[in-house]
Amino acid sequence: MALLHTVNKSPFESKCFDTCIGLAKEGSTVLLIEDGVYAATTGTSAADKIKNASGISFAVLGPDLQARGLEGKLADGIKVVDYEGFVTLAAEHDSVQSWL
Amino acid sequence: MKFSIQINEGPYQHQASDTAYQFAKAAIAAGHEIFRVFFYHDGVNNATRLAVPPQDDRNISAQWTALAKENDLDMVVCIAAEQRRGLMDADEAKRQGLDADNIAEGFRISGLGQLIEAGIESDRLVVFGD
Amino acid sequence: MSVKKFMYINRKAPYGTVYALESLEVVLIGAAFDQDVSLAFIGDGVYQLTKGQNTEAIGQKNFSPTYSALGDYDVNKIYVEKESLEERGLTLDDLQHLVWEDEDDDWAEKDSIRLVSRAELADVIADQDILLNF
Repeated sequence: MALLHTVNKSPFESKCFDTCIGLAKEGSTVLLIEDGVYAATTGTSAADKIKNASGISFAVLGPDLQARGLEGKLADGIKVVDYEGFVTLAAEHDSVQSWL
Repeated sequence: MKFSIQINEGPYQHQASDTAYQFAKAAIAAGHEIFRVFFYHDGVNNATRLAVPPQDDRNISAQWTALAKENDLDMVVCIAAEQRRGLMDADEAKRQGLDADNIAEGFRISGLGQLIEAGIESDRLVVFGD
Repeated sequence: MSVKKFMYINRKAPYGTVYALESLEVVLIGAAFDQDVSLAFIGDGVYQLTKGQNTEAIGQKNFSPTYSALGDYDVNKIYVEKESLEERGLTLDDLQHLVWEDEDDDWAEKDSIRLVSRAELADVIADQDILLNF
């Protein structure tokens, strides 16, 4: 089954992002929300991990990027979605795993 | 599609309730059904009717009450969690011999079984927390 | 009522926050719904299962004995991530010995804890219908 994973914490503050990457399987999607969007920024070890996570799609919640003034710092290969996109991702995947 | 939502954190302290609210609104706008919104842990504090946040900021409890009214949502506050944290409706307050109740309109108190049922009956359960 | 695969994911240590206790309360209530239940202990969640917890001096209820009752509630698939234990200098011996009685095998007592690698756990997680996180 293909899961939608959400990560809501900064990769510098918490291990949620690493744990998620370690347990997400190919074919799944990781959606970064709330403080998790910091993992989508350029020049970070998180961005490198995203690049190297083959077979996993990454998305980021646009409103949370905007709130934090990060739109200009988005790393490549990460799709920006809004809340409607979040709902669509949840519907398109078989189940949702929230890494809190 | 039928969605259920679990909210684990209280208003303002964490973004969980805000994100859940935006998700719920978007799901409804897209034509999906919200089977239940279940408030657990400190999430029960979203159900207070006594919050008076600053005028220029959102009133999280009131937002949930309004969304529930507009869309006939089932918002459940977990009884075990609310008993620990002191969120009472009139019946529960009376049962416990307390002289006040503080639950906002649109929220009802019920057991953890409602969360399990939400998982069984919905197509997707999405958890918001810390 | 359809049977779904429910997994309760535990990643937080006990007592510092309420999540471990209140997650366990959901498991106990949920047991009555006859679903296909499993628990996963990952990261600091493995600390929930350690032996020898004594909470008297901190004034909190010691709820760790409750884990040993899970077998009686037909909750007997308890996944513990091997890497999480190793990172914390723990082995299975540091954890409570959780068992269940298999009525289809003459009530033979069996281990509830399944020590799995991260890769194996990823497969188990991907197979679940409902993932509860606290």
